Amino acid sequence: MISSILQTLPQVLIDGLALGAIYAVVALGYTMVYGILELINFAHGEIFMTGAFVGTSVLLLFQSFGWLGGMPAWISYLLIILIAMMFTGALGVGIERVAYRPLRKAPKLISLISAFGVSFVLQDVVRFIAELKTGNYIVSSHSLFNQRITLGTSSLGSIFGDATIKSNTIIILIVALLLMVGLDLFVNRTRWGVAMRAVAQDRETASLMSINVNKVIVLTFFIGSALGGATGVLFAQQYGTIDPYIGFILGMKAFTAAVLGGIGNIRGAIFGGFVIGILEMFASSNLGILTSGNFGAEYKDVFAFMILIIVLIFKPEGLFGKAVKEKV
Amino acid sequence: MSMLQLQNVQAYYGAIQALKGITMTVNQGEIVTLIGSNGAGKSTTLKSICGQVQTKGEILFEGKNISSWQPHLIAAAGIAHVPEGRRIFPRLTVKENLEMGAFSIKDKKLIKERIEQAFAYFPRLKERYHQAGGTMSGGEQQMLAIARALMMKPEILLLDEPSMGLAPVLVDQIFEIIEELNQAGMTILLVEQNAYHALKIAHRGYVIQTGEIIMQDEASVLLSNDQVQEAYLA
Repeated sequence: MISSILQTLPQVLIDGLALGAIYAVVALGYTMVYGILELINFAHGEIFMTGAFVGTSVLLLFQSFGWLGGMPAWISYLLIILIAMMFTGALGVGIERVAYRPLRKAPKLISLISAFGVSFVLQDVVRFIAELKTGNYIVSSHSLFNQRITLGTSSLGSIFGDATIKSNTIIILIVALLLMVGLDLFVNRTRWGVAMRAVAQDRETASLMSINVNKVIVLTFFIGSALGGATGVLFAQQYGTIDPYIGFILGMKAFTAAVLGGIGNIRGAIFGGFVIGILEMFASSNLGILTSGNFGAEYKDVFAFMILIIVLIFKPEGLFGKAVKEKV
Repeated sequence: MSMLQLQNVQAYYGAIQALKGITMTVNQGEIVTLIGSNGAGKSTTLKSICGQVQTKGEILFEGKNISSWQPHLIAAAGIAHVPEGRRIFPRLTVKENLEMGAFSIKDKKLIKERIEQAFAYFPRLKERYHQAGGTMSGGEQQMLAIARALMMKPEILLLDEPSMGLAPVLVDQIFEIIEELNQAGMTILLVEQNAYHALKIAHRGYVIQTGEIIMQDEASVLLSNDQVQEAYLA
């Protein structure tokens, strides 16, 4: 049993890292908005989904113009990601303006219901447009980077098997890393980034420092949503097929990652994303072996959520939650 | 020259009227103190000036009516507020807290200079420079809160109970610093429950009770007034 688990371990880790990177970047959007407004932006999964559709549309558009052959694949990839980020960033800002800001003084539950409403609207609008344009709400596109590279992980020791890695997986890891490092630098090193943390800690006092709180909130939604949209493009490129409902379960898991890391905490969300991604991949390839065939790969989500529940029982504030005692 | 003028300012929390028509003036270069017991409306008065509560009436700052401005614009105009309970950003470092105080300034060199000036008043902050604000003692936090407010070189400094919860030695120190700041030209509106200390350093004082100004005079006159002595200095 152990030997067959070890055999697949390199592959599990690589696939888990790629999936984890996607969860991590989406989790950032949840955690940033929660940090500022104490609002769980349940529409964020749909923003991710919209990013996937916008990216795919731009790709198909490039294709129909015959531009794809004209420029290196990485440039079109970059362009597609940037366009999707701008679009979803603006979408996030619009959602805040229309669905959350009017309710800012209302009980949190009301905003939460508003968030669910936005989710449904986005799903249906995207479905409508996709069906109008392609005749089907399930959309496929070709992958810009689809070579498979074999990694000789078996040379590390005969207990490990070889792993293959899609070139798109490498791109996911690079882009996700750039986005995460970029956000971390922004939040810790720039004037507006520090202002964002100040607003998260004490909105009223931040306004006394001449910080325009509404501007910070808009900025937070823009960045969080742009990150979600970029991840949507990566996801569409990795799996080839998308539909308007991919945002729901992925959003749930990214939200779980944010809670696992301690919601409101940026580094916690990144860590949580990778933990959930790797656990999920581990479960999907090994649950059958571990339970001698009683539970198969379809129970992988149960496994990930069980880990979450166990962590929360012992550490309710999450792994990196703010347990700092403050003097009053 | 009056710098800040409140004319018949009324404030509401929902249906409850917290201020019932406050009229007061702070002149350039003065320390004016607003004293009164718990819940009299002292903090609400400061919050009204800063745009944190909805008000009726006129609030004139350097001749402009700021009563309907947004809080961040009032701050940028030159009104710094050290709120009750200090309210430093607990998970930002001392450095970051000070930088937030200077948010309206874009010149990095100028911010550095201001930080050096803050260290001159509060040397303890230099030792704690890279420490999270929330891990410091109450006295250090109060110093940080004042230093943070001074970062933008305000026209007027509003202080809400700066002595609250501090040991007597620190209270003396804080009042000394307030006097020093004033001697260097800072106009100050000081809200205090510690009426004795406040009247000692102030030029003029107002006494507030259940949302109304019931007395106003030179600080030294108030200090020897029987009614004030009985109600706030006993």
